[in-house]
Amino acid sequence: MPEIAISVKDVSMQFNLEKERTDNLKEFLIKLLKKKMVYDEFQALKNVSFQVKKGDSFAIVGSNGSGKSTMLKIISGIYKPTKGEIEVNGTVAPLIELGAGFDMELSGRENIFLNGAVLGYSKKFLSEKYNYIVEFSELEEFIDVPLKNYSSGMLARLGFSIATIVQPDILIVDEILSVGDYLFQEKCERRLNEMIQNGTTLILVSHSIEQVRKVCRNAVWIDKGNVKAVGDVNEVCEAYLRG
Amino acid sequence: MNRIKNFWKYKGLLREFVIRDLKVKYRKSFLGYLWSLLNPLLMMLVLNAVFSSIFRFDIPNFPVYLLTGQIIFNFFTEATTMAMSSILHSGSLIKKVYVPKYIFPLSRVVSSLITLVFSLAAIIIVILVTGVEITPYLLLFPLPLIYVFIFAIGIGLIVSVLAVYFRDLLHLYGVLLSVWTYLTPIFYPVSAVPDYVRSWIYINPMYYFIESFRDVVLYKQIPSLQTNLICIGFASAALLIGLGVFYKYQNKLIMRI
Repeated sequence: MPEIAISVKDVSMQFNLEKERTDNLKEFLIKLLKKKMVYDEFQALKNVSFQVKKGDSFAIVGSNGSGKSTMLKIISGIYKPTKGEIEVNGTVAPLIELGAGFDMELSGRENIFLNGAVLGYSKKFLSEKYNYIVEFSELEEFIDVPLKNYSSGMLARLGFSIATIVQPDILIVDEILSVGDYLFQEKCERRLNEMIQNGTTLILVSHSIEQVRKVCRNAVWIDKGNVKAVGDVNEVCEAYLRG
Repeated sequence: MNRIKNFWKYKGLLREFVIRDLKVKYRKSFLGYLWSLLNPLLMMLVLNAVFSSIFRFDIPNFPVYLLTGQIIFNFFTEATTMAMSSILHSGSLIKKVYVPKYIFPLSRVVSSLITLVFSLAAIIIVILVTGVEITPYLLLFPLPLIYVFIFAIGIGLIVSVLAVYFRDLLHLYGVLLSVWTYLTPIFYPVSAVPDYVRSWIYINPMYYFIESFRDVVLYKQIPSLQTNLICIGFASAALLIGLGVFYKYQNKLIMRI
């Protein structure tokens, strides 16, 4: 019996929707006086439970707005769930948004250290891996240019190269990466496959059922915040396609 | 325990943020970091001209008196103003990746502290020019700076959370700060104000931080035990309240950015 990498127990997530938000003092006081501090609540996830084993490749499927991304953000620690418990064993590398915290005024070199620090890597480690990152991103020529002069493809290359320098225990991928040109995409996929073969647990969110079937072994289908099916990827996908 | 471990893990990030703040601040300006020194110096010259010829307070070594107060208060203004918007402005980052959130206000206060240290050179220049006696007491200067630094962290944490809930604060804070400036004896002596104003000054934390700084720089004495205790009291109260508020609201902030 392999160990558990991620255990989600009865997790609910509640948002207060934009329109009822009071972010200025006047509105707040008026509402306080009228005792009308009503929030329009929105349940993004309702009592979601599932487990992911170590070394598994696990997909989360569902239509738009069903709570998939919210789930990913809870797993990577960005959101704290309103209710329920989540246990994550091991280091998490989120490839949800590449290049979080890039500063457009700074050069590629400076941003490697900035973004690396955002992901929690030490300066020493980054210095060691610096050449490797630059080489993988193929941006040697532009590494001292401010990021504001990069194309979006170049930004994504740099972001991907920094995010994947470690072999994480858990890798979270939101939609399959459309990073750069065709050749670079292939390179990214090879890197991800290598990681999975070395025992990294993969969590994948994708709308492409084909992709999910090809890459993953198990899956969960979330619909409007409820778990509809969980288990073997083929069964879950079939259930999802049937609606 | 876990929190300390987490803090240690992200100390590199704190450093990177501080470096970024400092780099971006003076990027492409011709004189660069020299501005941290020139700015208070030039302001001091202007204020000195205004107050020594127009209002004439009877203060010995008025340039040093002015500069000490001004540098400490400017640090507080800059640190808390930047800390206030730090969380709002980092919204895109906070929503994408997990980062301990106190790092945003904290890094702003730290980078302001480094600017403050640069400005100390201005004081040294003015001391040398005006011929104020240099004494060993001068070496005690880090003490008041530590007090006001901790105080600024506390206030920075509080306003960074408040600004997320009430954006009006972003506009209101400048006004509050200017009231606060005038209630702090920066360019006037305490003896020059009427009694009812004086009682306000005596409950103003900034007054004590500045006084203890002037003690070591200007008055050649160790700040009294009472002053020290008051400073420690204000600084730790601000820090504790700041941490309390921050930990209570930090997980809810993301819903409102």
